[in-house]
Amino acid sequence: MSKINLSEPEVETREKRLGSITGFTGTASQLVHCSRNKGLEDIPRSFSQCMGCSSSTALCQLSLIQDAVVINHAPVGCSGDFAKFDFLNIVGQIERNLPKTQGRYFSTNLEEKDTIFGAAEKLEFAIREVYKRVNPRAIFITTSCVSGIIGDDVETVANALTEELKIPVAACFCEGFKSRIWTTGFDSAFHAIVRKIVKPPQKKTNKVNIINFFGSHIFDELLGRLGYQADYIVPYSTVTQLEHISEAAATIQICPTLGTYLGAALEQVYGVPEIKSPPAYGIKGTDNWMRELGRVLHKEEEIEEIIKSEHERVIPKINEYREELKGKSAYLTAGAAHGHAIIALLRELGLEVKGAAIFHHDPLYDNQDPASDALAHAVHTYGDVKNYNVCNKQTFELINILNREKPDLMVARHPGMVIWGAKLGIPTFLMDDEQFGFGYQGVINYAEKILETLDTIEFTKNMAKHSRLPYTKWWLEQNPFMYLGGGYCAKNY
Amino acid sequence: MLKIIEQPRYTCALGVQQTVVAIERAIPILHSGPGCCSKITGIIGQGDGYSGGNSIPCSNISESEVIYGGEEKLRGVINGSFEVMDADLFVVLTGCTADIVGDDVKRVTGEYQEQGKPIVFVETGGFKSNNYVSHEAVVKAIIDQYVEKYADDKSIIKGLVNVFATLPYQDPFWNGNLEEIKRVLEGIGLKVNVLFGPGSGGVSEWLTVPKAQFNIVLSAWAGLGIVKHLEDKYGTPYLHIPYLPVGGTETSKFLRLVGKIGEIDPGITEDFIQSEEKKFYAHIERMADFLLEFKYGLPRKFYSILDASYSIGISKYLLNELGIIPAKQFIIDNTPEEYQALIKEEFRQISEYRSADVFFEINAGAVHEQIRQDNIKNRVLILGSCWESNLAKELKADLLILSVPVTFRLVLDCGYFGYKGGLRIIEDIYDRVLETYR
Repeated sequence: MSKINLSEPEVETREKRLGSITGFTGTASQLVHCSRNKGLEDIPRSFSQCMGCSSSTALCQLSLIQDAVVINHAPVGCSGDFAKFDFLNIVGQIERNLPKTQGRYFSTNLEEKDTIFGAAEKLEFAIREVYKRVNPRAIFITTSCVSGIIGDDVETVANALTEELKIPVAACFCEGFKSRIWTTGFDSAFHAIVRKIVKPPQKKTNKVNIINFFGSHIFDELLGRLGYQADYIVPYSTVTQLEHISEAAATIQICPTLGTYLGAALEQVYGVPEIKSPPAYGIKGTDNWMRELGRVLHKEEEIEEIIKSEHERVIPKINEYREELKGKSAYLTAGAAHGHAIIALLRELGLEVKGAAIFHHDPLYDNQDPASDALAHAVHTYGDVKNYNVCNKQTFELINILNREKPDLMVARHPGMVIWGAKLGIPTFLMDDEQFGFGYQGVINYAEKILETLDTIEFTKNMAKHSRLPYTKWWLEQNPFMYLGGGYCAKNY
Repeated sequence: MLKIIEQPRYTCALGVQQTVVAIERAIPILHSGPGCCSKITGIIGQGDGYSGGNSIPCSNISESEVIYGGEEKLRGVINGSFEVMDADLFVVLTGCTADIVGDDVKRVTGEYQEQGKPIVFVETGGFKSNNYVSHEAVVKAIIDQYVEKYADDKSIIKGLVNVFATLPYQDPFWNGNLEEIKRVLEGIGLKVNVLFGPGSGGVSEWLTVPKAQFNIVLSAWAGLGIVKHLEDKYGTPYLHIPYLPVGGTETSKFLRLVGKIGEIDPGITEDFIQSEEKKFYAHIERMADFLLEFKYGLPRKFYSILDASYSIGISKYLLNELGIIPAKQFIIDNTPEEYQALIKEEFRQISEYRSADVFFEINAGAVHEQIRQDNIKNRVLILGSCWESNLAKELKADLLILSVPVTFRLVLDCGYFGYKGGLRIIEDIYDRVLETYR
């Protein structure tokens, strides 16, 4: 049972907290069944390729808080993602008309001698130096494999410097080796924010927290009609804005894989109700989510009116797209909850879902409510997915499967995967804006995106003709899960 | 003095996974934490290529390997690599976790080497150094553990040279630079091992490294250890040019030097130089109209925030062939102290008429403050990385990105070495200048 515990400096990993796993092969309904009956066991791979780690996912949220700075307590290599996040920062500022400011991210540049003598002093020096130079509203410290293994007491340093500098100095524990599930880093970042930034509510407001990545502001109109105001967090927010998220009327998750911990923490600690239905993808999924939103905000009647008018608006168009997409098949690869959303969208548009490679699986979210189970919802509403594979970005498995299944289309929700569809001549697109497919309009957006992608057939065929695969012929003929132990129903292929 | 780093422009020792990726059909195997690879490609890895990025085999060290050791895990990944991945050479690289825990990677890799498998190992725990330093370690390891063993014939081929220029991927233009280096050296009759990239002969080319008549290093300091090692090991002499020659003057000077060391018929060298210079200066002549007549303002001074090899090479060219005057030059590659004097000397005598100020600074973020202090009145050019984007806007400066992270550029075969590189940099600088009027 997951209970939010703010007195602990570290949040437990998803494996420990939620029983999440990174290896499974079978059907989606089997996975749902196992999840409900505590029959889920993680299967390690004997061969694997590079994944990702919690330190980047933590930075992904913290680096975009506009008036905070981040100190990465690590060797210089761990700061390789700084520029990537500053680019996101710049793009987001342009889209949102925010002042153009550079992201301020620092590395403590740990060296060999620090692994012997410890580097807590170096961290203290860095915090003071950064404070002097930048004068930020808050300082976040993200930890690393090295700082974790050598045992630097980052929490004590953070607390002492909070006292000294009179601004929040928050430790965020996101050592890469601690979790195989890199989304644990989101939980670490949110734990640091709820512990050190968010203040107890002084009043209730008409704001609704939208826990999201970098997506478009699609909730303004809907919430406006209901008399509420959308507050998009955490990227592009400010420290002051985050201090008050405890006062919101509700919390919406664009993707529970991202926001499970923050949504649950705000509800358990400050009583902000979380919309627990799986996010609104597909028509039925959106109906379900809208009704839950109406219930929480006490706007049931208005919601029914919106559902009715939106159905009238979008369903005839969707039917046309269904005709156009008839007989097409798709394969998808994505993080957990958004993967489930893509299944719903593809099925809603009448595509055959040949299978899915999903990066991890959370049997339940931090709210412990089965109503939030997005996979169960996708299976019940849209039917089972036969080849459902939990595979944390293992491209060798993906290539093997794609080569067998030869779908007409691949959809990916993570950079680094798209190229493999194209190399096999399969039109593929990357969708990393969760808002794009959200709600009723999202189904139409998706249909248009799919048609546009299927139209890239000349490019993809040519790409395939001139691409080399770094995999042996032998491998392409093997069971794609042969390195995935002999675990639960590993015999599907 | 404790040094923190804002705006990093190089990466850790494990960054040499990109050195391996740059060798045709070679694949690194990482014995490291799960996120290391993506952090490295985040700063020096535009494009996965044949088998970089997400395809790199990795033990993804987790808590249990930190506690109980990860040698078994590594064996599994090496076994799988030989079965699944189609490569000519594998290079096992360790990350911080493996090195702190103390896994005996030498022993594990040794088991495969004994079976005659093409595999090499290097300890590259991130905290141990940076990728400039460990680039030497990985090249030496391939030579000692692979080339030495499998190169049956080590006899010298007259006219064969190995070129060690800038670092693949750390230099975003490594591919284009190597192509031009190969072109001009072949132009004076040499056979050239560039060792990296699609223009090389892959692993079989590496096997001819001991056969070179001499080696060439085009780098201020990184890579010097490689040729010293080859001198000790095979007695191969080397020519060290401590910067990247750019444009007519420097490329011709470079070729004459190479011709002399290589005992090439001066007639051949001079003929090639003449035909190249004729083309090069025809373009310069044509461009001079624009340079002298464009009345809406061109940058007359430049700042550079680059590694030492680029900094010297580009500064010499901009000053001597384009008339853009060097302001402060910042070198951000963590140059070891023993090489700093040599670099300062290059700047002291950068032209017949002047010297330029050079500063060594690993915290590149602090460089911005130093530039702001200059109270800039006229239009300047900044040669730096994506980190200078806001600074350039603030100073109304022109920015040409020549250093990682490149973010705002997509690089294919663009290079700045040589005659072609000299022309290319003119196009790129004034393209950005003219863009401001669009």
